Amino acid sequence: MMLGIGLEQLPLVFALQGVALYAVLAGADFGAGIWQLLAGRGERAERIREHAHHSMAPVWEANHVWLIFVLVVVWTGYPQAFASMASTLAVALTAAGVGIILRGVAYALRSASSGAAEARAIDLLTAAGSLLAPFALAAAAGGIASRRVPLGNAAGDLWTSWLNPTSLMAGLLALVSSAYLAAVYLAADARREGDEEMVEAFRTRALVTGSLAGVAAIAGAFVVRSDARWIFDRLVDTPAVLSVGVSLLAGAATLALVARRSLGAARVSAAIAVAAVVGGWALAQNPLLLPGLTVDQAAAPDNVMVLLVIAILGGGLILFPSLALLFRLLLRGSFSAEPTVARDLTETGPTGGLTSAITATRLAGGCFGVGAAFLVIGEGAWPHAIGVALLAGFIVLGLSALAGEDARE
Amino acid sequence: MAFDAVAQQYLDQARQMQALSFAVHIPLVCFGIAFPAMVMRAEWLWLRTGDELYRVLAQRWTKVMVALFACGVVTGTILSFEMGLLWPGFMGTFGAVFGLGFALEGFSFFVEAIFIGIYVYGWNRLSPRAHFLSGIPIVLAGLTGSLFVLAVNSWMNDPGGFTLSGSEVTDVRPLRALFANGHLGYELVHMYLAGFIVTGFLVAAAYAVGRLRGQWGRYERIALTIPLTVAALAAPVQLLVGDWAAREVAKTQPTKLAALEGVGHTEKGAALHLGGWYRDGEVKAGIPIPKGLSLLAFHDPNAEVQGLDAVPAADRPPVNVVRVSFQVMVSIGTFLALLSAWYLFTRVRRRRVPSGRWFYRLLVLAGPASLVALIAGWVTTEVGRQPWVVYGVMRTEQAVTGAGGIPVGYATLASIYACLIVAVAWILRRLAHAPMSAGAEPEPIDKPVEAT
Repeated sequence: MMLGIGLEQLPLVFALQGVALYAVLAGADFGAGIWQLLAGRGERAERIREHAHHSMAPVWEANHVWLIFVLVVVWTGYPQAFASMASTLAVALTAAGVGIILRGVAYALRSASSGAAEARAIDLLTAAGSLLAPFALAAAAGGIASRRVPLGNAAGDLWTSWLNPTSLMAGLLALVSSAYLAAVYLAADARREGDEEMVEAFRTRALVTGSLAGVAAIAGAFVVRSDARWIFDRLVDTPAVLSVGVSLLAGAATLALVARRSLGAARVSAAIAVAAVVGGWALAQNPLLLPGLTVDQAAAPDNVMVLLVIAILGGGLILFPSLALLFRLLLRGSFSAEPTVARDLTETGPTGGLTSAITATRLAGGCFGVGAAFLVIGEGAWPHAIGVALLAGFIVLGLSALAGEDARE
Repeated sequence: MAFDAVAQQYLDQARQMQALSFAVHIPLVCFGIAFPAMVMRAEWLWLRTGDELYRVLAQRWTKVMVALFACGVVTGTILSFEMGLLWPGFMGTFGAVFGLGFALEGFSFFVEAIFIGIYVYGWNRLSPRAHFLSGIPIVLAGLTGSLFVLAVNSWMNDPGGFTLSGSEVTDVRPLRALFANGHLGYELVHMYLAGFIVTGFLVAAAYAVGRLRGQWGRYERIALTIPLTVAALAAPVQLLVGDWAAREVAKTQPTKLAALEGVGHTEKGAALHLGGWYRDGEVKAGIPIPKGLSLLAFHDPNAEVQGLDAVPAADRPPVNVVRVSFQVMVSIGTFLALLSAWYLFTRVRRRRVPSGRWFYRLLVLAGPASLVALIAGWVTTEVGRQPWVVYGVMRTEQAVTGAGGIPVGYATLASIYACLIVAVAWILRRLAHAPMSAGAEPEPIDKPVEAT
C-alpha cells in the first residue's frame, strides 16, 4: 500500500508528530507525577518527589502546549472530524481537562509552598492530575482507533466511546509508559546533577515499569484483537507493523541501556518507543479518520490547507530554535547550576534630566490631543490607524516622562 | 455532510459554562499580556541603575507571573477543549474559516511558554543581558496572541471570507475572514489596553492596601508606581478607543447597538440614557440626554438609530443584560480615567505621587473595579452578539452539542474553578507575605519560598 502524503494528509502528519511529542514530553511530566504519588513517606520519599518536581518544572508549560497545537491543527484542517471526536468524547475530554487543571494548579501552588507537609499535599494534586489526564486522553484515542467515534454531532456513545476494552488498555498502557519515560528521564537528570542515589532509585523504577510496559503491550494486543479486530489486523500488517516493531525494539533497547546505565541514550530510545506507537496507530488507521470518513474527505479546502501548512512551517521556524534553546539550557544544567552573581552591570545614572522629562510630557500631551482627534473625528481605517499610533506614542512618551519612578512623596 | 442542528435542552447551561470558563481565563490573559512588560521594566531599571531594589522587585514579581501563567495555560486549554465539547456545530461548519487564527495563536502561546520557562529559571543563571533579552519574546507573544485570538472573535462579530450555499460553507478565504474584518482593529486595541489597565490597577491596588495599613517605603512606592503609571496612561486612551468601538458597532451591528442603549424603536435624534432599565421598548427611570446617542454614535444629532424592532424578537439579544453590562463598563472606565488623570496630574505638576488617603482608598477600589469592567465588556460584546454565534449567519442553538450531561460538566467545572480561585488567592497571599530577600545572593527562584 502506498503511503501517499498529499496536501490533504500533511497537516494531519504534523498533528500526529504533535501527538507523539505530547505523548513523550507531557507523558514524562505526568509520569513524574505518578512517581510522586508512589514515593511513599519519609526523607527519601521527599527527595524523590522534589527531584521529580524540579526536574520537570522549567519545561512543563512548553510540553503541554503540544496538546493545544494538536487541537488547533485538527480543527482547522479537519473541522468535521474534530467536531465529531470532541462531541462524542466529551466525557473523556472533560476528565482529561480536569486532570490538566489539577496539574497546572499544583505547579502554581508549588511555587508558593513551604515545608514538606505542604509540598506533599500539593504533589498529591499533581499525581491525581497525572493519573487522570493521560488515561483519559489515551482512552479517547482508543475510542477513535476502535471505531466508536462516528461522524456527526455527539453521534457516538458518551461512555462506551472511551470506556471499552481497547480504550482501557490504551489508558493503562499510557500510564505505564508515562511512568517508564519519566523514570528514564529522571534517572538521566539525576546523573547530570551527580545525585547517584536518585540515579539508582529511578533506574530501578525504569527497569520495573519498562518490563511492565512490555507485558501491558502484549496483553493489550490480545484485548484489541478480540475487541477491535479491524485495527488489530491493520496493526499487524504492513506498513503499521514496521512501526510497532520499531516501538518494541526501542522499548527493549531502552531496558538494556538503562540496565547498562547508558541513560543519555536511553532517553532517546524511550522517546522513540512511545512515538512509534503513535506512528503505528496512524498507519493502521490510514486512510480512515473516522468510520466512513477518509482523511481526504475530512480535509478542509485546499487553500486552507496550504495556509495551514505555511503557518505550521513558519511557526516551526520560530518554535524549534526556541525549544532547542530551552532544552539546551535545561540539559546543560544551566537551570540547576548555582546562581551566578551579576557582574556586567552597566552603571548609569538616572535617565534623562528634568528638561527632557518636560519635553516628553509636552510631546505626550500633544500626541494625546491629536491622536484623540484622529480617532474620534476621523472616519475610515487610515485616520483610525494614525490615531491609534499617536495614542500609543502618548503612552510611550508618558512612560519616559515619568521614568523617575523614585518620585518623591 | 454538514452538522445539522440538534435538540439541546441545556443550551443556556452550555453558554453559562463557556462564559464561566472565559471569565476565569480572561483576567489571567491580562496578566499574560501586561505583567511580563512590568516585570521587565523593573529588571530594565535594575540593569540601568544597578539598584538591587529593582532586582528584588522583578524577581518577586516573576514568581507571581509564573504562577498566574500556569493557571492561564490550563484554563486556556479548557477553553480550547470546550470549542469542540460544547460547540461542535460551530467548529464542524466553520473550523476551516477561522481555525487558522488559532493555529497562529498556538505558536504565540508556544513562544510565550518556552520563554517564560527560560526567563523564570534563567534568573541569575544567564548573564543579566541574556536574561533581559529572554523576556522580550514573552511580551511580543502577548501582543501576537491577542491579535490572533481577537481576529477570530472579530470574525464572529463581522463574518466574511466564505460563501454559504445552503448549510455548506464554500469559497473559504481564511486570511480575509480573520484579518480583513472591520472589528479586528478596535477589538485588538481595546483588549490589549485592557490587559495593561487590569494588571496595572490590580497590582497597584495590592500595594495601595499596604500603604493604607502603613506599609510604605521606597520598595512599595516603586512597586506601586510601575504598574500604576502604565495603567494610568492607558485608561484615558481606553475611553477614546471605547468610543471608536461603539461607532463601529453602530455601523455593522445595529441590533447590538440598540441593545447597548436600549433603543426599542427606530428613531431620529435618539437620546442617550444613563442608568435605568429597559422595558416595553424603552428605557425607564434613566437620565436622558436628548440626541446624545445619535451624536455619539454617528456624529450627527439627527442621525437615525435603528431600534430593536427592526429585527424579529427572536433575533434580539437579552437587552438588559447587555445594557447593564455596557453601562457598568463605561462607568468604571470613566472612573478609572478620572483617577488616572488625578495621578498623572500629581506626577507631572507636583513631581510626586499623590499623598492623600482618599487617593489610595479609590485605588484599592480601582483594582477589582477594573476586573469587573473587563468582564462586563466581554458580556457586552458576547451576549450582545446573541442569538448568533456567527453574527447573522449561525445561531448559537445550531452550534451547540447534542451530547447530554451538560449540567454535570458545568457543575464539575464550576467546583474545580472555585478551588482554582481559592488556590490563586492563597498563592498570591503567600508570595506577598514571603520575607524580603536582601543582599547580593538571591534565593533560587525555583525553590519553595522559605516562609516561616
